[in-house]
This record gives sequence, C-alpha cells and structure tokens, in this order.
Amino acid sequence: MFKGLLTTLKEWAGKPVTIQYPEEKRPVRTRFKGRHVLKRYENGLEKCIGCSLCAAACPADAIFVEAAENTDEERYSPGERYARVYEINMLRCIFCGFCEDACPTEAIVLGDNYELSFTDRHQSIYTKEMLLEPVPEGGKPTPQQTPPGVYVRAVPAMQDPQD
Amino acid sequence: MANEVTLTIDGKTVRVPQGTLIVDAAKKIGIDVPVFCYHPKMEPVGMCRMCLVEVGRPVMDRATNQPVLEADGTPRIAFGAKLETACTTPVSEGMVVITQNQKVASARREVLEFLLTSHPLDCPICDKGGECPLQNLTMGYGPAESRFLFEEKMHLAKHVPLGELIYLDRERCIQCARCVRFQKDLVDDPVIGFYQRGRSLEIVTYSEPGFDSYFSGNTTDICPVGALTTADFRFGARPWELKPVASICTHCPVGCNLTFNVRREAASGGKLVIKRAMPRQNELVNEIWICDKGRFAYHFVESPQRLTQPLVRKNGELVPASWEEALEAAAQGLKQAGENLVVLAGGRLSNEDLFNLRKLADAQRGKAILYTHMGGGDLTQQVGLTPGSNLGSLGKGDAVLVIAADLHEEAPIWWMRLKAAAERGAVLVVAGARPTRLERYAAKVMRYRYGEELNIIQSLMDGAVPELSQAENLVVFYGAEGLDLLGTNALAQACATLLYRSGHYGRPNNGLVGVWKEGNAQGAWDMGFHTVGNYTRTLSEAAAVLIAAADPAGDDPLLAQALDRAGFVVVQELFLTETARRADVVFPAQSFAEREGTFTSGERRVQRFYPVIYPVPDCRADFVITAQVARKLGHALEMASPAKVFLQIASEISHYQGLTYPRLAEVEEQWPPVGRSDLYYGGTAYDNRQGMGVALPALCQQQGWQLPMFWNDRLPERTFELAAMNQQGMVWLVPFNRLYDRGTTVKPSQLLEKRMVSAHIALHPETARAVGLSGVEKVQVEGLDGPLPLVLDETLPQGVAFYPRSAGVPALAPRGVKLHAVKAEVQEG
Repeated sequence: MFKGLLTTLKEWAGKPVTIQYPEEKRPVRTRFKGRHVLKRYENGLEKCIGCSLCAAACPADAIFVEAAENTDEERYSPGERYARVYEINMLRCIFCGFCEDACPTEAIVLGDNYELSFTDRHQSIYTKEMLLEPVPEGGKPTPQQTPPGVYVRAVPAMQDPQD
Repeated sequence: MANEVTLTIDGKTVRVPQGTLIVDAAKKIGIDVPVFCYHPKMEPVGMCRMCLVEVGRPVMDRATNQPVLEADGTPRIAFGAKLETACTTPVSEGMVVITQNQKVASARREVLEFLLTSHPLDCPICDKGGECPLQNLTMGYGPAESRFLFEEKMHLAKHVPLGELIYLDRERCIQCARCVRFQKDLVDDPVIGFYQRGRSLEIVTYSEPGFDSYFSGNTTDICPVGALTTADFRFGARPWELKPVASICTHCPVGCNLTFNVRREAASGGKLVIKRAMPRQNELVNEIWICDKGRFAYHFVESPQRLTQPLVRKNGELVPASWEEALEAAAQGLKQAGENLVVLAGGRLSNEDLFNLRKLADAQRGKAILYTHMGGGDLTQQVGLTPGSNLGSLGKGDAVLVIAADLHEEAPIWWMRLKAAAERGAVLVVAGARPTRLERYAAKVMRYRYGEELNIIQSLMDGAVPELSQAENLVVFYGAEGLDLLGTNALAQACATLLYRSGHYGRPNNGLVGVWKEGNAQGAWDMGFHTVGNYTRTLSEAAAVLIAAADPAGDDPLLAQALDRAGFVVVQELFLTETARRADVVFPAQSFAEREGTFTSGERRVQRFYPVIYPVPDCRADFVITAQVARKLGHALEMASPAKVFLQIASEISHYQGLTYPRLAEVEEQWPPVGRSDLYYGGTAYDNRQGMGVALPALCQQQGWQLPMFWNDRLPERTFELAAMNQQGMVWLVPFNRLYDRGTTVKPSQLLEKRMVSAHIALHPETARAVGLSGVEKVQVEGLDGPLPLVLDETLPQGVAFYPRSAGVPALAPRGVKLHAVKAEVQEG
C-alpha cells in the first residue's frame, strides 16, 4: 500500500502531462502520418504528374485522379502530364502511407495535420486545391508559362534510386 | 495429316502443321515465348531478338538418312552452339526446343538490358503503362540494373504528333517495326517508316496530313511500348482503372466487335464516360482490327447536343413536354390519322427497335419503310452468306466480285480482309466506274460507265472472267455508287442471278453481300422493312409518319417539302435534326451505348451489344418509345426488355429461329489468343468473352427454294444514256461515300474534324471544259443550295460530277444535272 501511495506522491510532485489542447499542441513524431500534402518544386511547379499510382496503391480506394496534358503555355508540373483532378476521401483514408511509397515524384506526403473533422460527408473529400502546399518563396503559382524544351521530363532523373 | 510435324517443347510433345513457327507452336500448348517484334498476324522479321530459344534437331545418319539413336534408343539431338529466334524458325520433325534454361534466361535478360539502354522509363505518365509488353517482360525476365552508362541515354523528342490522331514518343520506341510493317503489309498505307539507322533510328511519317491511314489506330494496339498513343485517349486514365464493356460498331455494315473502356469522370459530374474504343477479337468479323472511324467517332453518344426531353408542337412551336404528355399527343395524332401510317426507320436502329416499329406499322395497317438509297436486302436474305462463312478463309480457288462499291471508304475492314484474301490467292474482280483502292489487288478490273453496271454482270454470266464463274466459292459485294434505289435493286437481282446460275449459293463462303451505308440496314430488311420507289410521294401522301433514326429532311430538300405536306409527324431521334424540327412530336431516344440490343451485320451475323454508359436522363430506348406509343393506341407490344423482344423476333422471323441472347453471347476458342496476360503477343485488342454472334442461314438453304425474282437479262427501265445526257450539257451527279463524312453520328467527334470531307464538286478536267467550267472555282448545282467549290481530278470518269455524301449538303439520289459557274467575287481594295 505504501508502495502504491509513493507512486501517487511522486506523480503529484512531478509535472502534469495534461496538455491544454487545442490551445497547446504536442509536436508529432517524425514518422507521424497525418493529412496528405501535395508538394511543389521550388519554382512552384507541382510535383504531382497525375500518374494515379497512389490511387492504385491505395487499399481503401480513397484517391481519385484524373490527368490532363501540360503545355508550355499552361504548365502545372514538369513533363507532359499533370493531375487535373486530385481528390482524397479522408473518411476512407486509413493513413497507411502506401500512396507516399507509390509516388514516383515524392509529390504526396503524409503531413502532420491530424485535425480532420467534417459535418458532412462531402466535406471529407479533399480536392487538389486543399491538398496542395502553398507556393514556396520565389516560386510562381500554377499554371505557369514556361520556356519550351525545359520541362520535358515528368519523373526526375534518378541514376541510382535508393529506395 | 501428312503435313504435320511433331516436336518437343520444354518436354511437352506437340503436333503442328508444317511451316508453323516455334513461337506459335509453343503458344498452342500454353508455353510463352516472349516477343516484341513478332506478331501472329504479320510475317516474322526477327528484329528484337527477345524470342531466343535453344533449339536441337535430331542427328541424321548421312548414309541411311535415319536418325542416329542414343544407347537408350532415343534419337540423338544436336543443339546449336547459339540460340535461335523462335519467331523466324519453322518447326521440323523431331525438333527439341528449350525455352526455359539458364542460357535462354540470360539471353532474354541481356536483350532487355539493350532495349532499355535508351528507354526513358517514364511508365508513370505513359498511356501504355499497365498494359505494356515491355513493362511486363522486363518485370518477368529483365535485369534489375543496367550496366550501361546513365549519361549516355539518348534523349529524343517525346511529343511528336504524327498527324492529329496519333502521337509518337521517340524515346520509348524499341524499333520493332510492328507499326511500319502493319501499315505496309496489312493495310498497304506505307505512310510511316524508319529514318536513320542504329540508335538514331526514328519513326517518321511521309504523308500530309500526317499518318494518313484509316487504320492508324491499330498501330497503337500492336505497339509493344507506349511509343504510339492515340490523341483521343491521351492521358485519359490508367488502363487498370478502366472497365471494359462489349459493344458493336454501328458506323458501317461490317459490324466490328468493340470494347468500350469506361470510367467515372469528375469533369462530367461523376458520370460514366467512354474513355476509348478498342477492338474486340472476332476472327470471323474484324479479327483484331478496327478502322479509325470506329475508334474515334463514338463521341456522338456523349454530345451535349443530344435531345434530353420530349418535344411537342404547340402553336407552331416545338416546346418541351413530359413523357406522358408527348406520348398522349403522339397517340392522339396517330389515331386521328387513321390507318395510313408510314413508319420510316434508318438502319442505325437495333433489331429490337425495328421489330417493334414494324409491329406498330402492321397494327395500324401502315407501311414499314426503310430509309435508304440502296435496295436488294431481300435478295441478300435469300442468297446471302451462310453459317460457316469467313472472309478470312477465302484463298486459292475462291473468287470475290466487288461492284459499285468503294470498300476502302465504305467498309474499311472488309477492304482489309478482301485484300488479304486476294494475297492468299483468291481471285478478286473489282468492277467500278472510277478507280478505287481495292483495284490494286484485283486479278481483274472491270471499268464501266455509270448506267452500265448490269452489262458487267451480263458479261460475267457469259464467262468474261472464267476464274470467277469456275471458282469453288464466290462472294459478291454490291454497292450503290451512282445508282438509285431501283438501280441497286436491279443490280442486286443481277448479282443474285449470277450467283444462282453458277451455283454459288447456299454454301459457306458463297453469296451476296450488300455494302450498306448504315450498320444495321440488313437487320431492317430482316425485320420486315421494305423500300418504296418514291419516298417523296410516300411521305407527302401519308396521313401520319413515324420516323426513327432517319433524317430525310436533312438529306433532300424535296423530302423536306414532302414531310411538310405529310399529316402528323412523330420523330424518335438522338439529335434535333432537320426532320425533328418539322415534327409534331419528338421523342429523345437512347443511343446504342446506353442500352442493349442486337445488330445484324452485312455478312448477316447477328451480334449483341451491351449497355456501356448510364442513359441520358429522360431518354428512352427506341423499342420502348414505340411500344409506349403503341400501347396508347391499344396495341400490346413488348417493352420489358430487349431480350424479350428478341424472343419474339426469333419466334416470328424464320431465319432468326432458335436464336436467344445467351446463344449470341457464346464464344469459341480463337487463334491467335489476344488480350490475355500475354499482351506482348497480340497487342492490346480485347479478348472476346461477350459473344461472337451467330451467322444467319440463307433462305436458299431451305427445301424447295427458288430465286423469287429472276433477272431475265433485262435492263431496268430507268437506265440512262450517259452520252446522250452529256450532249445536252448535263452531267450525271453521283454522291460518293467517304469514311469521314459529316453525318449525324460522325460530326460530334471533333478529333476527326480536320479529316472530314467537305462539300465540293469533283469533275474530270475534260468534262469541266465540255460543260464550260474550266477555270471556275465555284459551281452551282440544281437542287442544292449554295455554290460548291469545284475540284478537278483526272482519275475520275468523264461526263460525271461527284460530290461527297453526308458532307453538309443534301445527298440527292444520282441524277442528271446542269452545273452553272458562279463568278468569284472580286475582292476590292
């Protein structure tokens, strides 16, 4: 009994673990898998090329992609193809991260955001605009007008891919 | 059979005909030999070296010419020092082939390593990714790493439009030449070719417009990589996301088997949309090919111009109405009109629609009339092709006659198959008033002047071409070029008599085939539709007209006037055509892609099509509309399902007896196997699992049959004298068919816009001079609105003016007209 009381006394003296959420938030672990983010290159072009491999890998069938063709006048991503429609149904998503693994351009990344709540089923569908990260500093928003012959490759050249 | 050889492949013994290639022999017993350049429909070239296998042959004793035996009594096998290509090596007696061992595996790995030296590996964005032979074979046999220097990869153009239909990616090309060989050998359109050599080798197009071939889409199917892709499907979806649905092409009487790939699309509000049309294998109809019209001209189905609600005329205006209202209005109108009902239907409808329409006409004691410019469908029923016929089996000893038809423009797949038959040794006789593409392969070309078609048949009966009359089998294709309804009727009679006299009927691979303009014209004849001599009179005298899938008013101003004089007009249509604008009630119909049904091809094969996409809301199938109108009139017609209508067809129409939907859905084993896991072998054409259809018997196979209408070497009354006409300064105006016309069902496919024929008048330069039109740019034709551009063409016959059918100007029946020059407006300033 004393042993048990000792534990109680120790905890009483220590710092409380309660966090005043939502005013206060605990940092997530490095490998935390939260809401997806669609990444951009430094110049603002989208990394996503609309290949739909994330949708193919998704065990919950939560991702829907529709591709279209880039032109130099209206360029969203390097190469010929970009995602015209990119939707994730967050109610279906099981946050397994397979999409991240399947992505050939590292465009989709599971981020830190875990605060997903909806009042309506339709709200659970996150569109491309909601998923895309903001344009980085020095970059331009998409679609961009680009010089011809520069962005010809959709998948970044990887001589010796490591993973 | 004496001509068979026995060999062993991977320990399995197989007997195949002499001359079979190892790769095919292996495929027969389910052993896959990977290939890239070899294709079972083409001659082998042995370019890619992927099919290397180890081949051993029995050692023969030179003295006795007997196999040398081992100690245990088995023949001694000598294996070559090197591997051999399975796609170019024919089998021989006692051969032993090993396709799975270390040596073969390393050869395959190294060939793939070579092929991938410059391949971009951009599978994520490649339209072929997911159904790509190179991808699959690399996964199966390829190396994980390359020993080549990464920096030395070739970087070539990735976005090369070979014309507006096909895109080329030069980096992806592995130089197998399947496309080049297909264009050169199978369809004789050598418009693409190789340029440069070695690593710099590129595919280029020589034609203007680029890749100018009616079969260009097929090269994307047989391309073993994503080098050739269609503009229509470009980045449309990934292959694994698509759902395949079987259908039948409606554009011409060949009745090619299609597979539509559908997917839900966000841009269309989540609706199912057709992403692409692909061939579905039917070796008896289209093999594994389709023409570009079939592949690209399906967009009318999803056109925003489609009718979406019933229209009823109120105070002279067509206004939207509810179905109940429209049905009531139609029934009222038809009831008031009484018994003189004319049902006019086009050959685009399915058998079920046509059957119900005919039943309604019968019930109202009216007439069921097929809207066509071509007669003779009753004769193709009598002496048409019989079950067991296959154009792909015609060869030595057989003969084919093609008269008054330009198959390359009207039915490209028939053209392709007849060309192949001629190359296999069949005697091809082409009779035409002007040169056509098929003549290149003809054993004999018979040229006549318009109006003299029957003289050709007469001379053939007199034995002008003995190979034809003495042939074992004879198929006659007749068309309607330069002929009106009576003319084609007479021509069909003459052709039927020709077949009858030489005994070429009632047996497989013998008979008469009509080259109709519409896909199911033959079905309309079978369902009891007939033609009338004078459409204008019939329409103008009718108390009520029910028109389905036909646009007489848009085709001919005279018919439009006749329709205005007709009593009550009901139209079932997809679009608000000129005819629909003149109607009292318009019903929006479903297209073939939204429902099921059957079509009867020109070869008289009944084939099923299936619902591909969800129906446009508030559209109903034609047979349902007809049945609902009939019900209001007090007649009970079947409308529960097309299958039930078809059961009625089978019970009432003698040669459809015994047919049911399940029977039409039966398939049989086909060679070569396509569309399975071995995509590299036959390409991405779809396997046929939904039915190959059933060939109808010809009426002449019944006991005690006699040719009902005998042609007694009598020229029909309306034959004209071309020379006399020309002397009066008139020319014979002939509408000709072009594959890419501007018809209701083609025009909405904007991809083909540039290749669609535009309205013009074509004359021989001599004729132009004779009628005083040299140097004139535009001419006015009597009976047609507006001046048309004049084109001079030396290949055309003299005394005749040509203009394209369904090109935006009304298609009149052939007639003698005067042409007037229209002065070019002088541009001022």
